[in-house]
Amino acid sequence: MSKLNTYKAGPDENGHFAMFGGRYVAETLMPLIIEVEHAYNKAKKDEAFQLDLRSYLKNYVGRPSPLYFAERLTKKLGGAKIYFKREDLNHTGAHKVNNCMGQILLARKMGKKRIIAETGAGMHGVATATVCALFDIPCTIYMGSKDIERQSQNVSRMKMLGADIIPVISGTGTLKDAMNDALRYWVANVETTYYLIGTVAGPHPYPAMVRDFQSIIGEETRGQIIEHEGKLPDSLIACIGGGSNAMGLFYPFLDDNVRIIAVEASGEGIETGKHAASLNAGVPGVLHGNRTFLLQNNDGQITDAHSISAGLDYPGIGPEHAWLHDVGRAEYVSITDKEAINAFQTCTRLEGIIPALETAHAIAHTMKIAGDLPKNHVMVLNMSGRGDKDIDTVSTYIKANK
Amino acid sequence: MANLTGTKRIEKRFKDLKKAGRTGLVTFITAGDPNNVTSNEILKKLPGSGADIIELGMPFSDPMADGPAIQASSLRSLNNGNLMLTTLEMVSDFRKVDKDTPIILMGYFNPIYLYGITNFVTDAAKSGVDGFIIVDLPPEESEMREPVKKAGLSFIYLIAPTTDSLRIPIITEHASGFIYYVSVTGITGTTSAASGDIATAIKKIRCHTDLPIAVGFGISTRKKAREIGNYAEAVVVGSAFVNKISENLNEDGTIKDGCVVSVLDLVRDIADGLSQ
Repeated sequence: MSKLNTYKAGPDENGHFAMFGGRYVAETLMPLIIEVEHAYNKAKKDEAFQLDLRSYLKNYVGRPSPLYFAERLTKKLGGAKIYFKREDLNHTGAHKVNNCMGQILLARKMGKKRIIAETGAGMHGVATATVCALFDIPCTIYMGSKDIERQSQNVSRMKMLGADIIPVISGTGTLKDAMNDALRYWVANVETTYYLIGTVAGPHPYPAMVRDFQSIIGEETRGQIIEHEGKLPDSLIACIGGGSNAMGLFYPFLDDNVRIIAVEASGEGIETGKHAASLNAGVPGVLHGNRTFLLQNNDGQITDAHSISAGLDYPGIGPEHAWLHDVGRAEYVSITDKEAINAFQTCTRLEGIIPALETAHAIAHTMKIAGDLPKNHVMVLNMSGRGDKDIDTVSTYIKANK
Repeated sequence: MANLTGTKRIEKRFKDLKKAGRTGLVTFITAGDPNNVTSNEILKKLPGSGADIIELGMPFSDPMADGPAIQASSLRSLNNGNLMLTTLEMVSDFRKVDKDTPIILMGYFNPIYLYGITNFVTDAAKSGVDGFIIVDLPPEESEMREPVKKAGLSFIYLIAPTTDSLRIPIITEHASGFIYYVSVTGITGTTSAASGDIATAIKKIRCHTDLPIAVGFGISTRKKAREIGNYAEAVVVGSAFVNKISENLNEDGTIKDGCVVSVLDLVRDIADGLSQ
């Protein structure tokens, strides 16, 4: 075997990142998934498609998103120089829309008449409902009943945008179950329906396709940091549930001498069993069409994840992250609910930026390590989303834990 | 003559069905649903009630191709603390009283992967299992196929209405035992397909294989089974039996007296219809 000289070659033609990834789906879906793959491969090389996408990203989403020097946070922590990549400033308030815009253009090209999607925190649901409104395509969003309760504001937004919300009561009523039910609906309606998966998981080609659409985050960051600092960053940091914002920031830097850190949610603490840290506490398995690290019991049954942040409340992780973890290219750490809440408040007070609770996990780990890094260390944090949706959750938590 | 096992046992059953000029009935139940004692009793009485082949569901927490009935049966079984080993024990227990009825384990890949593929196939063969239907292992994800073949068991593939003519030979090339034709584009226990469409699809599949074909998904009544039985070597009924089980549960989950009888009556009714 030839020596691995790039981390960017994956996946192989069957969607594997070494042992991870793949296409573990029922036969009914296989032909359609292969059709999505072919359509995507064509679109990737289609200049008109790419131009169209760039144009919507610029004029509708508002890209490029700024790279902002977080001066007060930097000063408080007293070490590394911290920049925020401001994905929270995108239209709809998170990085999710980058992927939705790419996939909706693809669905249109494929002549699909309906869009379905799963959502956890609701940010992907909102972004999907938004692009569906824009292109006048009927949209159905699967959302866990527990998540509907804790992200009611996003539910109202999606409804306002014209989406049908299907509350999912099976399982634990969270993101994993929403994905099960979306897949079940898709199996029954494959010919007409496009499944717009919101993260770098699911069967091939989704993990690679979503990564590609999100990679604009890292590509812009590259140019912007050189403008600010005259060099590449020393480290990158992002939160991970499924892992799409992290993959988008990391991918263009995989072959550079840049330290890469991803932050999982350890909920109430890994030792309590109530967490969502699939890489730090899970083992490889197969769920939702791909092989990856999963939270499961000794008999291969998937166990419940827990995180205060609905967007990280998932027992799996994108297969490319599983691989990067396995080969040691990226560090995967974890942050508890409590630490995330604290970081949420710190960022809000110091920078006047209310981060999503998901993002607050990345901020919390930054707060842990930045002080010990030299002052010339440049760190880019992916400010993946805004936190308006989380105000109630945070207030309730603070009240209950006073 | 020594008893046949694995693929041979399945082949023998289809040969006998052909000799008798009868369409076979494949019955599905979830192992350990609603509890182990009742599930064992139903399993043992299935052949006597008219089941020709038994599909035994291995419960999984996230059955993505199954409708509400089988999802619920999986959960009932898991909530009783059932493990993959429990399912295998059920089969060995069954084999003490029945050496002719093929048993196919049906389910999802993850619990097998965690058990260890080779270990699981070996243990399953020892218990008296004859084949596997693993819903989320299409021919492209082939890691279980060789160990199964080596053990002399069948890897049974699904073909769906969405499977095009180019894919059918990719699937039949690796199939053994029989072909499972999924007659509806959907999940288990929902709608049923028009028999004209099924006839056309089966004709297409027969161009590529001599294996027997069993048709499943959306077949819940004697009438529907008979209608579809005209085109295939066997029909598969699952959710209808699982529904009979759930209808015979009290609100607190305890089992009503007539549960076993009511499931077996439906099996007999459908089997009688197929024999006429």
